[in-house]
Amino acid sequence: MSLIDLANPSRFLALTARLLPWLALVTVVLLAAGLYLSALAPDDYQQGATVKIMFIHVPNAWLSMFVWGVMSIASLGTLVWRHPLADVAAKAAAPIGASFTFLALLTGSLWGRPMWGTYWEWDARLTSVLILFLMYLGLMALWRSVEDPTRAARAAAVLTLVGAINLPIIKFSVDWWNTLHQPASVMRMGGPALDKSFLIPLLVMAIGFSLLFITLHVAAMRNEILRRRVRSLQMLQARAYTTSAPAGDATGHVVGAA
Amino acid sequence: MDLGPYTSFIATSYLAAALVVVLLIGWIAIDYRTQKARLRALEDSGISRRSGRAATDTQ
Repeated sequence: MSLIDLANPSRFLALTARLLPWLALVTVVLLAAGLYLSALAPDDYQQGATVKIMFIHVPNAWLSMFVWGVMSIASLGTLVWRHPLADVAAKAAAPIGASFTFLALLTGSLWGRPMWGTYWEWDARLTSVLILFLMYLGLMALWRSVEDPTRAARAAAVLTLVGAINLPIIKFSVDWWNTLHQPASVMRMGGPALDKSFLIPLLVMAIGFSLLFITLHVAAMRNEILRRRVRSLQMLQARAYTTSAPAGDATGHVVGAA
Repeated sequence: MDLGPYTSFIATSYLAAALVVVLLIGWIAIDYRTQKARLRALEDSGISRRSGRAATDTQ
């Protein structure tokens, strides 16, 4: 099955029906393995047991940016290629991305209190991630406020691409400004600075959370396709009702419509 | 497993993550059932897709 075949929503739905159980199974196995390895990881010599928050915080922080990246590519698909599933993909990803961003902020705050002595600091990294969270909420509100999905799709795609400017700001904020947040310790020049005893559980959890995103995203896309079918059928129903109903009165209201 | 003096911070982090993931899964599962039920109700009322295929058919 090629990528063009997937442009057909019916074929996409057929694929998701086959794919979802396997995706869910692999996700559960990987997250269970990640949690087990996280529990076995030793305490850090400086941070003690609080280093275990890293295994939840970092995958969610990575995904908060990755999901917006996925939505940006989907937005290009909407504006440039007009792919029928591009807008569906972007809309379905937003609530999941918002959830990951919320968890990144919450767990970061819970990690910050014992390590930095504060839950929150208006520094560049924390503030730029908070802005990302607010942008997710704004996009979700935009999709809900516009009745026509095609019009909402174009506006949301433009907003998503403008918002993508925030991604390099988040990534490099710890290098560009003097922040409380530590610099990158995994994805950096010269390789990861983390010891293997922390790096392996972190990577397993990151892959597990990434698969969780893919599973939830595919399921949410399936729901969005069904929601659009409901809308189309409701419009057909309304059209059938207005054409078959008795003649309307002078104001255009169908007699007996109430 | 002894988590030391910061047990509450660590446990809250993991519980919050679990809660959010469960809520996401629950929301998606309920939404799926809702959309399928609405499609079935529309089809039962005699409305069908232009292709003539069942709207609830996901295979």
